[in-house]
Amino acid sequence: MEALLLDLLRSPELPYVAARGLVLIGAVMTIAGYSVLLERKASAWIQGRVGPNRTTTPFLAWIPLLGSFLRLGGFIQPAADGGKFLFKEDPIPAHVNKPYYVLAPVIALAPALAVLAMIPLSALPDGTPLALCPGADVGVLLMFAVSSLGVYGIALGGWASNSKFPFLGAVRGSAQLISYELAMGLSVLPVFLLTSAPGVDDGLNLATIVAGQEGMWNIVRQPLAALVFLVCIFAETNRHPFDMPESETDLVGGFHTEYGAFKFGLFFVAEYGHMVIGSSLFILMFLGGWQLPFVETAAWGALGTVAGLAIFGAKLAAFLFFFVWVRWTIPRFRYDQVMRLGWNVLLPLAVANLVLTFLVLAVAG
Amino acid sequence: MPDPLFVFIAALTLGACCLLVASRNPVTSAMGMILALVGIAAEFFLLDAYFLGVLQVLVYAGAVMVLFLFIIMLLDVQPPGGAYPWKRALAGGAAFLLLSAAAFALLAPEGSLAKAAGPTPPELAANPESYATAAKAFGRSLYTKYMLPLQMAGLLLLLALVGVVTLAKAPKSAD
Repeated sequence: MEALLLDLLRSPELPYVAARGLVLIGAVMTIAGYSVLLERKASAWIQGRVGPNRTTTPFLAWIPLLGSFLRLGGFIQPAADGGKFLFKEDPIPAHVNKPYYVLAPVIALAPALAVLAMIPLSALPDGTPLALCPGADVGVLLMFAVSSLGVYGIALGGWASNSKFPFLGAVRGSAQLISYELAMGLSVLPVFLLTSAPGVDDGLNLATIVAGQEGMWNIVRQPLAALVFLVCIFAETNRHPFDMPESETDLVGGFHTEYGAFKFGLFFVAEYGHMVIGSSLFILMFLGGWQLPFVETAAWGALGTVAGLAIFGAKLAAFLFFFVWVRWTIPRFRYDQVMRLGWNVLLPLAVANLVLTFLVLAVAG
Repeated sequence: MPDPLFVFIAALTLGACCLLVASRNPVTSAMGMILALVGIAAEFFLLDAYFLGVLQVLVYAGAVMVLFLFIIMLLDVQPPGGAYPWKRALAGGAAFLLLSAAAFALLAPEGSLAKAAGPTPPELAANPESYATAAKAFGRSLYTKYMLPLQMAGLLLLLALVGVVTLAKAPKSAD
């Protein structure tokens, strides 16, 4: 049993790789669907509404208590949404640049899926990280690199739509992503500095970074880095208050105005995929990953792996709720405010924090 | 027989390069360039040089090319009209092929390519893998043995930055 599980996780044979890919896509689609439900329910609570509570299916509805619980909680809504995206007519407007218009949603989603495969979720009993595609020892950089390719989906989608609002959204979006990538990259450097103490060889491996937070999470040691990184992942995922490419009040629907049906669905899933990536990176680098303070899950064997997975899942759910909570609490920035915050506040803060960490390490270390 | 993955990625990269130089649509050219850069990063991965491959994607495909695409889109560069200049394109391609074949013929025999690259540093000869794979070993050699080239490259970038600021500054007499 254990050998089969390890094979499933590590084997380079094609059937195992295909199985891992299917598990990943299934998990991402499910998480994205339920994140949308979380978004709708949480926004409803914040605004004093009830949110989705009508969708149900024949057989489930007949179960006495569970049926009404599932209906009122909106738990079947994601399936209905997904089915709607699949079965709707999928028109291609006449004025678009067809190849790029079709390609853009794929380019938006593919990097997100590739990065999600690399996220370590827990530690196996032998100490190695549990991930669908265990990354090299440059794991963090690889995740940054691949997820930065997602911007082409937005840029191409807006440009290929060949109309004014999507184009504005695409230009705003790519400018915003370039600006915040700098501050994001600089803000995590102190974390690498703390992890890569003399004697540690793979300080860019996420598992090493998590192991280095045993006892004290990085958010305590590097609060400023955590703050800058947090703001930057909101900007990089194009979430409120930074949803410049979309900003539906002034750009209709932003870069995806001309998209419908399943292509729009792909953009949608990509956005939630990037939310999961951003949250996971923050949890792994600043919130101790799959560890809890004062709990030695590493000593529990296989149970520890499951416990780590549960801890990571709980942190992820809490962080996704935080994303939603911020979206429905803080109003959107104006475009010039976004640029000023990125270049005049976050970038200098990140550099100052980096220099400060240099000095502290040079004097104390 | 070379690795089939290498052949596939090399073909993809070369195809993307052809797209880059032959296309008349600037956005297609930019996309070809991105694909070529990612392909080269994949070749680095096949050589076990993960760190270089990641940097290739992070810096060029993920940041520099976004700027390229941004400028192309912002200026709304239109592809030129008229018939495709087949004769000029073919002549240019043939000239490039001839030149590279000549350079290869001049440099390839008797290992003169390896001679031109200078002697292999002893640490590299002792443990060739650690330089390519581990970021830490890579950084150490960069900041000790290759300090001077690194500083020169940095100075070059600074010069370019100063030049851009000077050029971009609007002349005072204009207003």
